[in-house]
Amino acid sequence: MRITVNVDGTSYTDEVEPRQLLVHYLRERLGKVGTVVGCDTSNCGACTVHLDGHSVKSCSVLAVQADGCEVTTIEGIARDGKLHPVQQAFHDNHALQCGFCTPGMIMQSIDLLADNPDPDEQAVREGIEGNLCRCTGYQNIVRAVRDAAHHMRPGAGPEAERVEDGSGLRAPSSIGGGE
Amino acid sequence: MTSTIEPEVGRSRLRKEDERLITGRTRWTDNLTLPGMLHLAVLRSPFAHARITSIDVSEAKTKPGVVDVFTGADFADEQGSLPCAWPITEDQKAPDAPALAVDTVNFAGEAVAVVVARSDYEAHDALEAIEVDYEDLPVVLDMEEAIKDGADLVHSALSTNTSATWIFDSSEAGTGGEVEAAIADSEVVITRKFRQQRLIPAFMEPRSVVVDPTGGQFTMWSATQIPHILRLMLAMTLGVPEHKVRVIAPDVGGGFGGKLQVTPEEVIAFLAARRLGRPVKFTESRSESLLSAHHGRDQIQHLTLSAKRDGTITGLKVELLADMGAYLRLVSPGVPILGAFMFNSIYKIPAYRFVCTNVFTNKVPTDAYRGAGRPEATFAIERMMDELAAELGVDPLELREKNWIKHEEFPYTTVAGLTYDSGDYEAATAKAKELFDYDGLRHEQAERRERKDPVQLGIGISTFTEMCGLAPSRVLGSLSYGAGGWEHAAVRMLPTGKVEVVTGSSPHGQGHETAWSQIIADQLGVPFEDIEVLHGDTQSSHKGMDTYGSRSLTVGAIAAVKAAEKVVTKARPIAAHMLECAEDDLEFAGGKFTVRGTESSTTIQDVALAVFAAHDLPDGVEPSLDSEATFDPENFSFPHGTHLCATEVDTETGRVTVRSYVCVDDIGKVINPMIVEGQVHGGLAQGIAQALFEEAVHDEGGTLTTGTFADYLLPSAADLPSFTTDRTETPSTSNPLGVKGVGEAGTIASTPAVVNAVVDALRPYGVHDVEMPMTPMRVWQAIRTGQADAGGVGAESGGGLGSIDASSGGAQ
Ligand code: FES
Ligand code: FES
Repeated sequence: MRITVNVDGTSYTDEVEPRQLLVHYLRERLGKVGTVVGCDTSNCGACTVHLDGHSVKSCSVLAVQADGCEVTTIEGIARDGKLHPVQQAFHDNHALQCGFCTPGMIMQSIDLLADNPDPDEQAVREGIEGNLCRCTGYQNIVRAVRDAAHHMRPGAGPEAERVEDGSGLRAPSSIGGGE
Repeated sequence: MTSTIEPEVGRSRLRKEDERLITGRTRWTDNLTLPGMLHLAVLRSPFAHARITSIDVSEAKTKPGVVDVFTGADFADEQGSLPCAWPITEDQKAPDAPALAVDTVNFAGEAVAVVVARSDYEAHDALEAIEVDYEDLPVVLDMEEAIKDGADLVHSALSTNTSATWIFDSSEAGTGGEVEAAIADSEVVITRKFRQQRLIPAFMEPRSVVVDPTGGQFTMWSATQIPHILRLMLAMTLGVPEHKVRVIAPDVGGGFGGKLQVTPEEVIAFLAARRLGRPVKFTESRSESLLSAHHGRDQIQHLTLSAKRDGTITGLKVELLADMGAYLRLVSPGVPILGAFMFNSIYKIPAYRFVCTNVFTNKVPTDAYRGAGRPEATFAIERMMDELAAELGVDPLELREKNWIKHEEFPYTTVAGLTYDSGDYEAATAKAKELFDYDGLRHEQAERRERKDPVQLGIGISTFTEMCGLAPSRVLGSLSYGAGGWEHAAVRMLPTGKVEVVTGSSPHGQGHETAWSQIIADQLGVPFEDIEVLHGDTQSSHKGMDTYGSRSLTVGAIAAVKAAEKVVTKARPIAAHMLECAEDDLEFAGGKFTVRGTESSTTIQDVALAVFAAHDLPDGVEPSLDSEATFDPENFSFPHGTHLCATEVDTETGRVTVRSYVCVDDIGKVINPMIVEGQVHGGLAQGIAQALFEEAVHDEGGTLTTGTFADYLLPSAADLPSFTTDRTETPSTSNPLGVKGVGEAGTIASTPAVVNAVVDALRPYGVHDVEMPMTPMRVWQAIRTGQADAGGVGAESGGGLGSIDASSGGAQ
């Protein structure tokens, strides 16, 4: 099947097998290996990307379902050579060790902050519940997300607001899994 | 000009490794694509024990994209047996462990055939076309059954399911008295049986391997903790010349002991690549990982602790059954032995006997998992201390204090024969008590008990020590471990004054690039930014013992310090020549050689350029500032700490909530406090997970029923509290930096702290133990059983382990 997807600002038109998962399309066809696979049951969140601005587990989305959509991966969130505030906060707060969960964790956190720009500790913990980390014990991740929230308050920069494209497209929850 | 460079060691430097990790430019093995690369998929046995009567691969070979299909028969002559490097006894039974099963399968998940195809999807499609006929064999799952006379056998050729029995006896070793006599003479004796459930390391990056056989030089990229050992083992197992193998561990997404292995898949990918002459990649799925990467823990522990009425401990007897699974992997037999030295923990115990029986079952092999042997031991002794305190009716912290080694008694040789170099249990405990508000919580606990609050509060204590820095080679030799424990490093001064540090330690999230840079910056007086740390490639770091057992800093980084010292020594005559003075007149500090009492100086970085040019060196001096060193410490290091946990237990639902967790760890000198704190957090999460969430479960047929992350429950952020962590600092005297190691501390200490807290909450209900993981169901059942017992025979009798009979005898 032929699909056209905009990934990290570049449009790609490709022939894909109907069963190919979005994560494999991103990794194998586009070389976007920043998004990784940690499980095969959409439980770990390592593969989290944004589909039309909302986080989804890209191992539970078929590439064909992304046809006509905008996908943002960990490789597309830094702007003008500057880290996204959430990336920066992960670094500043030592919110990663091996780093394998980190791209997914960062993508989920960006989505979380778009929904709730000032989450308390519990809200962060619940917001990243679908993303597993085996190294950090989460404490510094929680710290990082709250630190990023602080830096992203209105007036702190353009990343503070979610970029809505106005199409009203949102990944249906049946393919989302980005809880 | 005097230098006022702030020391790097002790600073919370942000990590050098982060940039590539937070931007998705990481070098995971699975990210690698080579020209002409093929993909390998593995067909695994659905049965735990069966004879393979036939395998038909003819149809699979015709499937689209398939290049070849291999079975055990195809590799029978070349695959050898997966190595076990730790024969703990001379008569240890060790079955052949083929990478690809040849005629029988001995655990569900064992590899029986592989497809090599153009793409991963095609390789997996073709697996379905392979026909295998199996003939059932009896399945052995229960260790206690397995060691009985006439039990069904895992390996019929061995005629027993016991691999080895290993004994330490303090009266024989001359380190203490005779334990049976000590127990017989004691006023109080308690016996308990504990189960260490089977856990799965569950690193987040599934294992992945790529083998490139181009030109007869085999390059293997693998998500491994042990590139050096792996290279050696491949050479020895497969008969391939060692110098023709290069192993690269690029970025590795977690290990926790789970990637301390020579895996069947690595061997199979190697053989397939060699056979086909093309690069081959294998990346496991999560289900495959849970099913077939090694598991950890899995022991049944019988303990007897004896004491006087005043609480003074008089003896400790430990009898273990340790589940090896179906085969011995790299260090499987030694894991319980590492625990043998830790059951006595921080306590002065006059008599000790340890007997361990390693048992085969039809399950995936066990091997190292974070802490390896020490969490099991610490759990058992810390549970026993609480049980003894309850028996004597004293505060469990006071009982510990009465028996522990006092600060002024160090160095102290324990009943297990180890000499603890330093420690201050009083200081760590005092700090932890204060941060935790121990007295306040005890008060609240009494109140809740008084008013029969359905939510009870429990306080759990774990005062622990561990042996870190798996090294002294001669000690490892005395335990029959197959390798030394030294570590290697090199420091290379580049002509422009920048520095490369090469380490044989191979990290997977520990932050070596940052910590080693800090250490060497201080040693050489060069800026942190001017240092690059190279690791995980047997071509650049040609020697090493890799990363496990919290040995990286305590052994590996010290090798780097030694190499840096040699660089300074080598630079000294050259600097003297440049400054036209006698060597003895030179001082070296802050990266500068200064002629004593003058302003005349040169930096070590200038010396590096002079060495590169080599136009004017003193006679007979080699034009090189590079150095290498190998460090083999005289002793282990012994981090310790006091962990305090408060849990709320809902007695109506059995739900356990960790309300607060405070730990004060003493890990000696700290290189980077931020990294240390992170390691502690992660360790606590893993230890708490053993207490509350994780368990590998098999059905009666030996099928793993926790084969996905939907069933094998890793804690999420919502399942854990924030921790309060702090430190005391008693430098180790076993190494020049005074460091002790921290990677496993949190995991070792936290499991008993949480279980002790839950049991403490439930003692008024007649509960003396709750089996791990303490799910709401188990807790609820323990309350019911406890209350029934209390009504019947009195709450203080027996151990009570839910469904397990606590009064049964030893492991034999
Ligand atoms: S890979 Fe685990 S959720 Fe997608
Ligand atoms: S940092 Fe290793 S899994 Fe999260």
